[in-house]
Amino acid sequence: MKRERTLVALAGQPNCGKSTVFNALTGASQHVANYPGVTVEKMTGSYRSDGTRVELVDLPGTYSLTSFSPEERVSRDFLIHDNPSVVVNVADASNLKRHLYLTFQLLEMQVPVVLNLNMMDVAERRGIEINSQELGRLLGVEVVPTSMKTGQGKEDLKEAIARIADVGPGERLAQIDYGPMEPPLRKIQDRLSETWKGPRAYPLRWLAVKLMEGDPDAQERVRESYSDPEVCLDLVEEIRSAFESEHGETPERHIAYHRYQAADTISRSSIKTRKGEGIPLSDKVDRFVCNRFLGPAILVGVIYLLYYLSIVQGYNVTNYTWPFLAKIRGLTEAITPSPGFIEIPLIRSFALWFVDSINALLNYIPIFFILFGLIAILEDSGYMPRMAFMLDRLFNRFGLHGQSTLPMVLGGIYVGGCAVPGVMVCKGIPDERSRMATILIIPMLNCLAKVPLYVLMINIYFAGQKGLAMFFISTISLLMVLPVAKFLTLTVLKKRPTAPFIMEMPPYHLPTIRGVLGRAVERVWLFVRKIITIVAAVAVVIFVLLQFPGLSNERMALYNDKKEAAISSFYEKIADVPFAQDLQGERLMALVLYWDDYKNAKMMGRGKEAVEAVNAEFEKKDPAFFRMANPGKDKTAKKVNRAFKGLIKERQQLLREIKKEKIDASFLGRIGRAVEPVTQWAGFSWRVNVALLSAFAAKESSVAALGALYDQGETGNQSLEQRMAEGEAGFTPLHALSLMLFMVLYPPCIATTIMVKVQSGSFKWMLFSMFYPMALGLVVAMAVFTGGKTLGLTGFQAMFAFYGLALTATIGMGLIKNREDFS
Amino acid sequence: MTLDELKPGSRCRIKRLSVRDKLGQRLLDMGVYPGSQLKVVRNAPLKDPMEVSLEGFFVSLRHDEARFVEVELQ
Repeated sequence: MKRERTLVALAGQPNCGKSTVFNALTGASQHVANYPGVTVEKMTGSYRSDGTRVELVDLPGTYSLTSFSPEERVSRDFLIHDNPSVVVNVADASNLKRHLYLTFQLLEMQVPVVLNLNMMDVAERRGIEINSQELGRLLGVEVVPTSMKTGQGKEDLKEAIARIADVGPGERLAQIDYGPMEPPLRKIQDRLSETWKGPRAYPLRWLAVKLMEGDPDAQERVRESYSDPEVCLDLVEEIRSAFESEHGETPERHIAYHRYQAADTISRSSIKTRKGEGIPLSDKVDRFVCNRFLGPAILVGVIYLLYYLSIVQGYNVTNYTWPFLAKIRGLTEAITPSPGFIEIPLIRSFALWFVDSINALLNYIPIFFILFGLIAILEDSGYMPRMAFMLDRLFNRFGLHGQSTLPMVLGGIYVGGCAVPGVMVCKGIPDERSRMATILIIPMLNCLAKVPLYVLMINIYFAGQKGLAMFFISTISLLMVLPVAKFLTLTVLKKRPTAPFIMEMPPYHLPTIRGVLGRAVERVWLFVRKIITIVAAVAVVIFVLLQFPGLSNERMALYNDKKEAAISSFYEKIADVPFAQDLQGERLMALVLYWDDYKNAKMMGRGKEAVEAVNAEFEKKDPAFFRMANPGKDKTAKKVNRAFKGLIKERQQLLREIKKEKIDASFLGRIGRAVEPVTQWAGFSWRVNVALLSAFAAKESSVAALGALYDQGETGNQSLEQRMAEGEAGFTPLHALSLMLFMVLYPPCIATTIMVKVQSGSFKWMLFSMFYPMALGLVVAMAVFTGGKTLGLTGFQAMFAFYGLALTATIGMGLIKNREDFS
Repeated sequence: MTLDELKPGSRCRIKRLSVRDKLGQRLLDMGVYPGSQLKVVRNAPLKDPMEVSLEGFFVSLRHDEARFVEVELQ
């Protein structure tokens, strides 16, 4: 009878082409999630074969199946607890002996294995001939040779999966002979079978081997499922030490040795190598790529290219994609209730705020797409381990890891990155302590969205030393991030588990277009799904905080009087022209809207033809209005035009005043005022507080919010720089410095916060990642501002002093020894 | 003599691992086990970590980890 559903696990060592196999089998139907309780990614996919739905789980690539790393633990747990009908063991045919080390461990677990010899093409090119029939006979499993990169052997593998799913594992699975360890193993096995109390049965021999290895997780299984476990575990300990003193070697090394021996024996009898082993091409390449002088230069080049292509060129692409987002905004404007002369309907301002918040993020998608594609190329080519190899020494000094390089580059190690992908790629760091440290410091690097504020501040307050000030702000973040990382690993992260650095330097591979594009799309999709929903929710909250409680009736009445005054003055001016009859009552408001639309349409249209088309369209819409909006040589129309321009200007000023007063009175404004007694020591007025608070949704808002707050209105063509300089007369370069430093350490934006939650797998750490930078930022800003003021330093002097301090802290922290992890 | 003392280009045989558990098991799983042959390929530009070759399989490890691997020169 056919089953409806077959569960298949894909197991293999890293760099065996497992993901290629997975992609080839499942096509586009893939799904990423996390294994429960850990941050290890679980890839699932499916295909249909002969009416059966085959569900594939791509287990993380592991060299072994111990319980020392989360990847190995989840793979092992999945194999035991989820009972897959077939386990496809993908192995690199060109390096079979090494990959058989894992195969034997799978066989020991008595799971139904199909051995997939992948990368046969590579093996052939290297002159390696594999007798897969013989290999299958010796191992007692079915062997399927494939070259999945070209899709060769795909159908064979599907057939083998269907066969094994029906008949189960073979009868004569190869078993390693552990020589002198066999009697102790049998003794443990006997003991286990006597005391087993169910409900879950483990393969006894496997459990016995694991206990001999001293595997902590296996001991835990015994405690769960066996009666008098402590007696049993004591016996195991006794046997282990007896074995060690008798044979002069540890049981785990004995076991590993025999696995390698068995792999060697089997590969000898089934593999023939024609050519002698020359120096592998990858090693030749590494002579340059990892060279003491050339290596770092290439690294800088690669990082520069990554920046250039994604941030610079990606930004250019957004010029082409932005009009689409602008259209969405335009559409929203069209379908929401139109604004009154000074009353903007709540639903309209809400819809526009919402669309703007989402658009701000969607606008980054071209950048992310390029970035994720480039990362996939780096990952697939094998360059990532080389990056880690070259920079590990530096980062390790600060409690980070060689593999922190890429996240930090993406986060903006100099200036202009994005913390979201930065945090996203942290999952590659195997050492949990370093990974957490990296996740927590990435948001303090200089992301793109922080830059507008820096530019604004530097242009106003450090205009004479722009270059130096920009250099300061670009490099200071790294100088703060490194000591903070070390500090975190020595304190809050002290107890987090670490992992050995030991890392394979895999051969270089040419990435495939399909693999790269697939990963880029998948990650962009993850970003859209995870981030956009949350940002939408937060946008609503900030909107409420900014809009309510709103203006009192008296204030609104006052503004209404101003409006009436403006309108009647307009009517007076045009009393003697015939148009006046046409502009009574609702027609006036209609002209206001028509005017706005016309101006917007003209701004959007480029070139003479486009303008003519716009003119024609608007003339058709309302010929009378068109004459006023575009008077040409018509004298009376010109007069109305001039008077109406004045009215529009007055309306805009009223709208601005209302908006400003609304923010002043809003909940956010109140919060800004409430924290002023504290923030004044950092030199932040309550207005600055409001701007900083609203930046939490996305840092770009800080400049926009400052723009709204410092809007003077009367002289509409002043730049924000001028307005701010006038608006805060007491604001000095020292204030600006303190504000910029606070911005560097500013808590992660919502999108990043969500990523922190995903990558750290914990709500607690997410909250921590929000509050510690805020505390740190305030402390630094206060120290700089109050300290600088007390010492009578100018902003520029304080900048130098702080730079010196940060540099000293970095060097000092780098000299503190890391805790001894292994002994 | 321990592995961390070796210069690039030296070949050796692994004699003993003086560490167990996480690091010890990891070394074993990556093919660093007593009896196997090893060649030091290069040091990183900042001297640490080091890269070694185990029969054509390339592995990098920190000197701090290599000092638990006892070797004899060949």
